[in-house]
Amino acid sequence: MNFEHTEEQRQLADSLGKYLAAHYGFEQRKAIVRSAGGVSDAAWNAFAEMGLTALALPEADGGFGGGALDLMPVMEACGAALVVEPLLDHIALGARLVARAGSAAQRAAWLPGAIDGSVRLAFAGLEPGRRYDLAPEATTLKKTAAGPVLSGRKSVVVGAPSATRLVVSARGDAGPCLVLVDPAQRGVSLQACRTIDGLRAADVTFTDVVLASDALLAAGGTDALPLIEEATDFATALLCAEAVGAMAYANEATLEYLKTRKQFGAPIGVNQALQHRMVEMFITTEQARSLAILAASTVDNTEDARERQRAVSAAKVKIADAARQVSQEAVQLHGGMGMTEELKVSHTFRRLTMIAQRFGDADHHLERYAALG
Amino acid sequence: MDLTYSPDEEAFRLEVRQWLAANLPADIRTKVQGYQALTKDDYLRWHRILAAKGWSVPHWPVEWGGTGWNITQRYIYDEEFGLAGAPPLPSFGPSMCASVLLRFGTPAQKARFLPRIRSGDDFWVQGYSEPGAGSDLAAVKTRAERQGDHYVVNGQKIWTTLGHYGDWIFCLVRTDFAAEKRQEGISFVLVDMKTPGITVRPLILMDGGHEVNEVFFDDVKVPVENLVYEENKGWTVAKYLLGHERMGSGAVGAAKRELAALRALAGREKKNGKPLIEDPRFRDRLSRAEIELTALEITSMRFLDRMRRTGQPPGADVSMLKIRATEVQQAITELMMQAVGPLAQPFAGVEGGEVDSFASRLAPRYCNFRKTSIYAGSNEIQRNIIAKMTLGLPA
Repeated sequence: MNFEHTEEQRQLADSLGKYLAAHYGFEQRKAIVRSAGGVSDAAWNAFAEMGLTALALPEADGGFGGGALDLMPVMEACGAALVVEPLLDHIALGARLVARAGSAAQRAAWLPGAIDGSVRLAFAGLEPGRRYDLAPEATTLKKTAAGPVLSGRKSVVVGAPSATRLVVSARGDAGPCLVLVDPAQRGVSLQACRTIDGLRAADVTFTDVVLASDALLAAGGTDALPLIEEATDFATALLCAEAVGAMAYANEATLEYLKTRKQFGAPIGVNQALQHRMVEMFITTEQARSLAILAASTVDNTEDARERQRAVSAAKVKIADAARQVSQEAVQLHGGMGMTEELKVSHTFRRLTMIAQRFGDADHHLERYAALG
Repeated sequence: MDLTYSPDEEAFRLEVRQWLAANLPADIRTKVQGYQALTKDDYLRWHRILAAKGWSVPHWPVEWGGTGWNITQRYIYDEEFGLAGAPPLPSFGPSMCASVLLRFGTPAQKARFLPRIRSGDDFWVQGYSEPGAGSDLAAVKTRAERQGDHYVVNGQKIWTTLGHYGDWIFCLVRTDFAAEKRQEGISFVLVDMKTPGITVRPLILMDGGHEVNEVFFDDVKVPVENLVYEENKGWTVAKYLLGHERMGSGAVGAAKRELAALRALAGREKKNGKPLIEDPRFRDRLSRAEIELTALEITSMRFLDRMRRTGQPPGADVSMLKIRATEVQQAITELMMQAVGPLAQPFAGVEGGEVDSFASRLAPRYCNFRKTSIYAGSNEIQRNIIAKMTLGLPA
């Protein structure tokens, strides 16, 4: 047994922490969110230079052969700083799907760019009216004489506006498949938006998009759904780590406020009723951290889908409940100031609120967990 | 025991319902039901429609334009507003300032201000909280120094709801800087917001909305005739007003309407190909919210009945209504947001694209409603009140 990070993991977290402290303060983040593209190219390139994009890719593809446990401290730091660049979508969904579903030629064509940051990937998986369901239904890929033709619509594709390629799930003749699509291609239209937590996303419509034959990952030869589920579980484990970082920040800020905000001639933290709530936030976060560690460890170390799904769903149920409790209490204990744009805690509230729902809310994962027996 | 309304009361309910159906402007109803902010013009338009009917200040004495309704009728009236999606008039003028003037104002102050509140000619806002005086209101520092026939006011207020719409602001200010007890040096003054030296600065909340403000006072001259009650006795006025604030916090009608909207939404949203409302987990949580609301409604009616029988104000335990009403409202906004799943994420369009759907307003609304357990006496303060005043726990 050893719950310590390795020396390498610590060093990486340390250098990322230093970078974020210098370049990703609250005011700097606000400027990024308000900028035209809503992401910072400088931050993106810095993340790639630090090796964050290479960390979880196989060594054969130029990566470092690491996994979710290696990325956990990275995601915690991103959660604390409220990073808005779609790192998780790129690493855990886009690049992972290309690495796992792509042919040798496809991996060689796209992964070096995904590692150096010049290729930015997003995963278009969700469809309107299908909630958190990962099986593609209304987005179809049909063989024609001109080549494969993609049609349909995807919802809330995080990272799509800055992506150079979209990994799109579609229902092919032989079942679920994955294709790589250039968002600038004819027939692809993006309706971009800013999310409530400051990310950029888009609804993407594909109108009879004619694709090159090498756009189809693994030539569509295998059912892509298990790969999509695996990548989404991997991404969910990373999202849990991000939530732990965000909750740790919310707790730190709230604790500081309880110690310094004075009413009735004393810090409000002298009230036992408030002390106990702060203690519950602390305990909840530690319990959530434990399950986030279990989820990361399990996605790294098991080939068994059921075992992986159980660990990830357990973590996501806990994280969703904890994110709700910690974010609500953080705002409540900050009083009116916690409601304003001016305090970072309100931004952390929004991030945690959306994390609680992303890749399936507590009900969704409780149902999956219970069904696995 | 009889939990039903009398035939007269039911007839009254029908009258209010039919009038609202015929007279609430459709665009205002649409905004309320679609969770869009109302403009000052929306409020004023609705106020004038109510004033023309004689219903803008139903709780006032008849001589000043009240309706003479009993408390049950007033409760029914408020509930029907909520059910219809009719926005309640902002309470700062018609309820708060007017209550103070009716109780403490001079005849000249009543004659000057009450008719204009009733008609909607003056939009009033509240200058109570300060950066260092939130839950601890007696810590107000804004100074009013007497110079001849006026006070000179310097300081800052915060959380001034709709302060950017305000024509007048009622303020708690410090007039005795050497008073032994902090509560003894406070006065209640009325300030014309057009007076030179007043600056209103928006505080944007996390849903992106502008509803609260900071208000700065820099050598603002306030005529002495705008002092309400005695100098340095403003705390008596403030305490009277805080009691009023807690009374008007039922919101049962609006919560009923929103639960119905939630039920309809969950019937449209699909989970695994079936309506979300058929999902046992979601349905259970919706049912719990409904059960809590039913309890709140009956508890509210019990308060009403006690007030009717005793002729007394509700008492400190009425704080329970504020606590539970805000919790139920918050639970509904949360279920609404969860009902649309991933579609709760989009917030605003970029690059000229529009994102303005009902779904896109649900997460902002959830965020916005976190304020309800903080404002008007935080739920922690309400629990303190019950602990000390009702249960007699030691301080």
